[in-house]
Amino acid sequence: MYLAHERHARAIALATTVVDFLVALPLWWLFDPSSSRMQFAEHVAWITSPPIHYSLGLDGISLPLVLMTAGLMPLCVLISWEAIVTRVRTFMAVLLIMETAMLGVFAALDFVLFYVFWEAMLIPMYLLIGVWGGPNRLYAAIKFFLYTLAGSVLLLVAILVLYFYGGHTFDVLALSQVTYPAALQNWLFLAFFAAFAVKVPMFPFHTWLPDAHVEAPTAGSVILASVLLKMGAYGFVRFSLPMLPDASQTMTPLIAALSIIAIIYGAYMALAQVDLKKLIAYSSVSHMGFVTLGLFVMNQQGIEGAVLQMVNHGITTGALFLCVGIIYERTHSRMIADNVGLAKPMPRYATFLVIFALSSLGLPGTNSFAGEFLVLVGTFLWSKAAAALACLGVILAAAYLLYMVQRVVFGVALPRELPHLRDLGLREFGILLPLVLLVFSIGLYPNPLVSRMHSAVTRTLETMARTKVAPNSHPSAAVTPTVVLSGQTQDDRP
Amino acid sequence: MTSYGTDLIIILPELIVVAAACLVLILDPVTPRSRKELLAWISLGSLALCIGLTGGQIGVMNLPLSAFSDLVVVDGYARFWKLLLYGVTGLTILMSLPYLKIEGLHLGEYYGFILLALSGMMVMVSGADLLTIYLGTELMSLSLYVMAGLKRSSPRSLEASAKYFVLGAFSSGLLLYGISLLYGLTGGTKLSTIAGALGARGFDDPMLLIATILLTVGFGFKLAVVPFHMWTPDVYQGAPTAVTAFMAVASKAASFAAFLRVFVEGLGGLKADWSMLFTLLAVVTLVLGNVVAIVQTNIKRMLAYSSIAHAGYALIGLVAAGRGAGESGGTSGIASVMLYLTFYAFMTLGAFAVIAMFRKGGLEGDEIEDFTGLAKRQPLAAFIMLVFMVSLTGIPPTAGFIGKFYVFMAAVEAGLSWLAALALIFSAISAYYYMRVVMLMYMREPEATAAEPSHLVPSPALTIVLACAIAGVIIFGLFPTPVVNLALQSVLLLR
Repeated sequence: MYLAHERHARAIALATTVVDFLVALPLWWLFDPSSSRMQFAEHVAWITSPPIHYSLGLDGISLPLVLMTAGLMPLCVLISWEAIVTRVRTFMAVLLIMETAMLGVFAALDFVLFYVFWEAMLIPMYLLIGVWGGPNRLYAAIKFFLYTLAGSVLLLVAILVLYFYGGHTFDVLALSQVTYPAALQNWLFLAFFAAFAVKVPMFPFHTWLPDAHVEAPTAGSVILASVLLKMGAYGFVRFSLPMLPDASQTMTPLIAALSIIAIIYGAYMALAQVDLKKLIAYSSVSHMGFVTLGLFVMNQQGIEGAVLQMVNHGITTGALFLCVGIIYERTHSRMIADNVGLAKPMPRYATFLVIFALSSLGLPGTNSFAGEFLVLVGTFLWSKAAAALACLGVILAAAYLLYMVQRVVFGVALPRELPHLRDLGLREFGILLPLVLLVFSIGLYPNPLVSRMHSAVTRTLETMARTKVAPNSHPSAAVTPTVVLSGQTQDDRP
Repeated sequence: MTSYGTDLIIILPELIVVAAACLVLILDPVTPRSRKELLAWISLGSLALCIGLTGGQIGVMNLPLSAFSDLVVVDGYARFWKLLLYGVTGLTILMSLPYLKIEGLHLGEYYGFILLALSGMMVMVSGADLLTIYLGTELMSLSLYVMAGLKRSSPRSLEASAKYFVLGAFSSGLLLYGISLLYGLTGGTKLSTIAGALGARGFDDPMLLIATILLTVGFGFKLAVVPFHMWTPDVYQGAPTAVTAFMAVASKAASFAAFLRVFVEGLGGLKADWSMLFTLLAVVTLVLGNVVAIVQTNIKRMLAYSSIAHAGYALIGLVAAGRGAGESGGTSGIASVMLYLTFYAFMTLGAFAVIAMFRKGGLEGDEIEDFTGLAKRQPLAAFIMLVFMVSLTGIPPTAGFIGKFYVFMAAVEAGLSWLAALALIFSAISAYYYMRVVMLMYMREPEATAAEPSHLVPSPALTIVLACAIAGVIIFGLFPTPVVNLALQSVLLLR
């Protein structure tokens, strides 16, 4: 990348991300929705002692996230095409490193490999915020870095403890089949929680998010909102739930409470924001509350809704950040007060913004409706009161998003602002159009997505139930045919 | 007589290094100032010979050999450390070539002292007798005292040398006192004799406790673990940068090697007791090293505290070996120390090489502020420093992460999850000061002052050092298996 000219750097990055996406896209059709196994698995020994494998695979939970990540990256390159003018080569290199690490996180089936990818993402993101960010970027970058690093260091201890308790393997699927003592589960859960909750971010750990979002360049915000936050939620569903079912059960009230606080608190904070990016950042806190709530009610609807909502939030919030980035390039301000009444000078842009805002507030027919509806159904089955409270979040979302739309799109503009604004160019149109298509196609017909995650979610729930009913059975005795990769590692367990 | 000949063959690498040192010292007066580099090449040549000899032994037959009626032992463990020391010494010599020129130190004996220090270290890692180890320690230390003061025109350098000498001599005295007490208690100075006499009896004799503490204090000074670390920041800052790198890496590695051997092979019977003592030392070292490093403004001082903190991490491996030694013999703990110091060597040496590159006429280049805006001026140099900082923090995919991974793995295996968690939290804290360097390099604009070196063109020798260090950090970070296996083969058994 360093050898190329700056202009070429953009093209190379775009080509790489597009090719990546095109390679990933066929997986959607090649994926067998009826199987709960890990598909497209790769399993190569990496370190022999202790046995760590370069082990990748996708199931119905990780497949949509991988595709979402691969699909968003070309858009991130495109949105930075003109916005990033300094150190373009480094910027593009950092984006590509990020993509590698993010895809690795979602696909890794070896716990150490997962951790390597998980941590490897920190430095590129730190640079992304700190080098190309806004005026207060230094503070935001180090805050992001220290928060997430401090959260995730305990994860490593937990991984090592699991290794020794779980039969000397780092294989995620094999570790999910072992029943751990209840007290140990609680400790491990807290360690997992520290790592994943900071990343999601759940309510008391969310303070890094608005800072990071506001200061990050547009591409950084998109990656943060769409992918990084999902890594935390993904961690919960891939590791916390199946490996530590008893502790998850114990902690459910706590997590549900924090999620509901996040939903309502995030929404209220969003209502008060004057900065568009901060508004969307707090709306992320609120929306991710739905995801964690859905995961921890631990029924089919809740988890499927949560995973669906992860993808939806990635699409919708990513799109909203792209919209903010586009307007920032023109007015050089993210303040709502400086971007009033855009419907007139930028009708196409206004249309897109309205669609994404409606999608974000969960209008039926858009993607978020499907996800939030499922989550609420799942929550209702668990507790009616919790569902009622969570519904408040939907109402508040309508409030803050419509209030924002009212001002930004339909407000009465200051006359001096108008002449400079040109509507979306072809590049920007091309960035937003696919996202709109996804918003409606998932909203109107979510079944292809849901059906693909169905068996993986069923397997997760079965894993949880199995470890609960048979606490003393031999780990490999009652294995459902989910474990295809861990043949070797299972056999050498004592 | 034949056995004496065999003995000499067994210690051939040591003989080669000493001979080369003498040769350098003899040739120095007759070499003109402009040709001093010749001496460096002689030194490097001797190292290449040694690498061939020791590496060949590992490749062909990695059997333990002993010489001079078991005063010296050349086993896999010793060979592992020796290979590391050759590498570190070679890179230090290469780093010194341009550095000495810039400093105006046209001293041929510099290379002689490096080789003498190396031979001392080699004796340390091979010593199977407390007195042999003591002799090696002294040979190393005396050479380092001189090297620390080589910048005769700099008061800081002289202060560093004097401070190092006074405290070092004091600690050597304590070490010797401990050895003499042990001799009185067990009737021998050989590690095997001591182990035999002690059995697994624990601290039943207060004298034994005092002897153990004295040994710990003596080695603690060399390892720079808290509370015996006071000399480190001043000496690291004052000594010429190449010498600092050598002290921070080679002397620490050799001291750890000898320390491990004494406590594992000699005092293994007391492992339950010393592992408790070392737990305490590891904790205070981690806390103090990492916290004090945050407030440093001089990067050599910062790296001094960072090296103290890293000694704390390595110590955890030894604690784990002591606590977890069941039928496994503490293998994973001891191997983790060996791996940790190997990886630490590459990243620390690399960081010091970058600092050495900064040294220009008129610019000391060792204030952290000097790194401001480096990414704009020298993108490649900034990137290299970034990798070393990331590795020192212990973030994958670098060697620093792998090193920490094995240490913490050993700790968890030994049931010390809380210690691993504590150490990891402090490694997150350490991110603050390492990342500050990254922040200055990448996120601040360079100040346009006249003293700025417009071009930092590394000499070919320095380029080799940087290339080796960064290759080590990244390759060991991605493919650690060969060196892990080598360490596991070479490990001492704690019975």
